[in-house]
Amino acid sequence: MSTPSPNPASNPAAAAQAGATKSAFSFKDFVIKFGLLIILAVMIIVFWRLEPAFANARNMFSILQAVSVTALLALGVTVTLAIAGFDLSIGSTAAMSLMASSYVMVILNQGTFLAVVVCLLLGAFIGFLNGVLIVKGRIPDLLATLGMMFLLLGLQLIPTGGRSIAKGMTLSDGSAATGTFTDAFLALGRYRLFDLIPLPVIIMLVAAIILWVFMERSRYGRVLYAIGGNEKATRLAGAPVERYKIVAYMISGLFASIGGILLAARVGRGDVTSGLLNGLTMLNAPYYAQDFVKGLVLVFALLFTFGFASSQRR
Amino acid sequence: MTEPGREVIRIRGLNKRFGSTHAVIDVDLDIRRGEVLALMGANGAGKSTLIKILCGVHPADSGTMEIDGEPVAFRSPLEACAAGIHTVHQIINDGVVQQLTVAENLALDEICRPEGPVLLSRSVITARAREIQAILGLDLPLGKAMSELGQAERQLVAIARALSHDPKVLILDEPTSSLSEAEAARLFTLIEDLRARGVAIIYISHRMSDIRRLADRAVVMRDGRTRAEFTRPLDFDGIVHAMVGHRLREGAHSAVAGGRTVVEIRDFALTPTSAPFDLDLREGEVVVLTGLIGAGKTEFADCLFGTATPHAGSVTIDGKPLRASSPQEAIAGGVFMAHEDRGNSSLVAEFSVLHNMTLPFLRQFSKLSLVVPDQERRAAVGQVSDLAIKCPSIDVPIGSLSGGNQQKVVLGRWLIQPCRLLILDEPFQGVDIGARQDIGRRLRETAAGRATLVICADLEEATEIADRIVVMRDFSVVGGHSVDGLSLDALVAEISGAGTHATFA
Ligand SMILES: Nc1ncnc2c1ncn2[C@@H]1O[C@H](COP(=O)(O)OP(=O)(O)OP(=O)(O)O)[C@@H](O)[C@H]1O
Ligand SMILES: [Mg+2]
Repeated sequence: MSTPSPNPASNPAAAAQAGATKSAFSFKDFVIKFGLLIILAVMIIVFWRLEPAFANARNMFSILQAVSVTALLALGVTVTLAIAGFDLSIGSTAAMSLMASSYVMVILNQGTFLAVVVCLLLGAFIGFLNGVLIVKGRIPDLLATLGMMFLLLGLQLIPTGGRSIAKGMTLSDGSAATGTFTDAFLALGRYRLFDLIPLPVIIMLVAAIILWVFMERSRYGRVLYAIGGNEKATRLAGAPVERYKIVAYMISGLFASIGGILLAARVGRGDVTSGLLNGLTMLNAPYYAQDFVKGLVLVFALLFTFGFASSQRR
Repeated sequence: MTEPGREVIRIRGLNKRFGSTHAVIDVDLDIRRGEVLALMGANGAGKSTLIKILCGVHPADSGTMEIDGEPVAFRSPLEACAAGIHTVHQIINDGVVQQLTVAENLALDEICRPEGPVLLSRSVITARAREIQAILGLDLPLGKAMSELGQAERQLVAIARALSHDPKVLILDEPTSSLSEAEAARLFTLIEDLRARGVAIIYISHRMSDIRRLADRAVVMRDGRTRAEFTRPLDFDGIVHAMVGHRLREGAHSAVAGGRTVVEIRDFALTPTSAPFDLDLREGEVVVLTGLIGAGKTEFADCLFGTATPHAGSVTIDGKPLRASSPQEAIAGGVFMAHEDRGNSSLVAEFSVLHNMTLPFLRQFSKLSLVVPDQERRAAVGQVSDLAIKCPSIDVPIGSLSGGNQQKVVLGRWLIQPCRLLILDEPFQGVDIGARQDIGRRLRETAAGRATLVICADLEEATEIADRIVVMRDFSVVGGHSVDGLSLDALVAEISGAGTHATFA
């Protein structure tokens, strides 16, 4: 049996209680909105106290640079999340883009511009395929993009017969590859503006701002969110839902390919074994402690956001 | 006075706030065995909130509740169920799981029972589902996904499940909002059975005919408080007065003949076997399309809105052929449609009132693809005040509005922009009597520049707003009548097929 509620319900008490609920509400709102930023601030302060050198500007930007590729992939994925879908193939799309840029420059001996354009087109095309599989083929999003992930992981090995692409590598006809990574391309991953802010960080920030405007301020973003909320109602409100969904996956693929380009420019070779994850961890060590901390932060962040959000709904 | 039964539930000083909205204020209420208590009130009066406290969905801010003299405070709907309180909620989607099959939905309580077996065989579920649907005399396709059922069928599933528990207290929040007369009649018989067996029943409805048939006692809520209590014989004028705070204007109006023909429908056959028909819709007149459930009313509207294709026939708008193969094309061609099933077909639950209202017209409110907030907000605020939508602000989530007010948001959406043909499929679901008249008046006021087609199975509602009533039967239009000098008997006969109107099923 449930407990009785001993409630005197006298007026002042009720008023005080109502007041308390109200301020509790706004506190929760605050936590939901800024919880992640608070965690970030706390982490920065803690690290700074433990290791004063941590807080110098150059170090900060190095950290940002290390996460800029992941951040780009995450940004792209938010678009597919908005339509209540998911894109598992972003990692391999980025890896594909890494291999493709190397191939264009090292083996085909072409320039920076072509390498970048090929990667971007490839990324958008992979997204288009994902979208078509999901919308026209009616394959569930997770399965379609999972299939695409494995497909791409295999596909990127075919042109080189499974070998890494590096300057002077032996081609299948026995001759040596004549091309190299161009300086301009490498600068995409290594150049620092004012000798301080890494270019990948700037690219990531610009991409984030553009995406924010697109999703939060443009009518297209509104429709994408509406599709995620109620696809049928959105279609009946006159939106070409199928086209929107395909475009969402194209955006995801495009962002993943930008991430791949930045990774290639940073690593400087088309390393088949690097893949995305290795490529990322190569940049810092020791990985085991980091993974632990990352996991911990993620769990707390999720707890803050979803835990509070759902307790508010009750 | 009827013989007062023993009190099952005793509520004293109940209060509930949502932020700045004080939804339930100092409510005292007794619920007695063997009695149907009608809970009445305008949209947003606090009826659903009150019963949600009763059945453990919301905790009360203050106040006490006793069941058979024992104080209780439910912390979850499960606890309320365990105490014998079963509820059918107003928002139909709250009562069913779309992803499961019909059988699984019917037998859901069996499946979720914590002490039940871990592995449930399909035959056990099906058998249980059969039992449960037999209570209401239903014959639903058990293997189908719930999402494939129509709204009325989904409502019936939710009702059947609540009835299957042998409840001590049964709460029905607008259970007939999308049922046909025959289905409602079956439900009424069951409710009368339960009453005779001593079950306490709380019945919420905006349909006076339901109340007339069932209610032993009526409690009227207004702005969160209980305002008046009526016992048999119920004084309906008094009830309406207590609900809306004023007398209603006489509903009668004389028919408007209509101006230029906007929509010409020719040799229209919905199915290969249905009889072809012609229909003209004119500027300025409100045409009500009526008929039994399953007569093809919604299918006809779907053809006009591009979500279905007719077997044969042509439609022209202003003399130009309408070729809509999708809602997008229909809207571009000037055809707007508010769907019957607002939860699934109209509203985005996560969106605010504002974003739900303007969804189809974002292009008009955008510059260089960026939404201009001022224009968008002005349009939404205009509809909120025109339709008297009760909400603290246009930025609150749509789900925090009362059912009737959500329905008004759907109607307001399609009145934002002028159109050539406005189709409203059962627009008055869950809308209170006063608001229904206001909406009817608003529809008639704005009808001048367009053709208006309202699908409405309820004849009381139909005669209230129509200039012309068109009857559909067996997927074909079988007659049209001006509301001036309308003979209801002839209309009923035509709806059910002349001579067989006694069965009405
Ligand atoms: N979850 C919620 N959050 C915020 N406000 C709410 C919530 N639920 C209800 N309200 C507000 O409480 C008031 C009463 O709503 P309620 O749903 O009880 O009305 P109702 O009498 O059932 O109306 P209707 O006839 O339209 O169904 C309304 O003003 C509504 O906006
Ligand atoms: Mg309600």
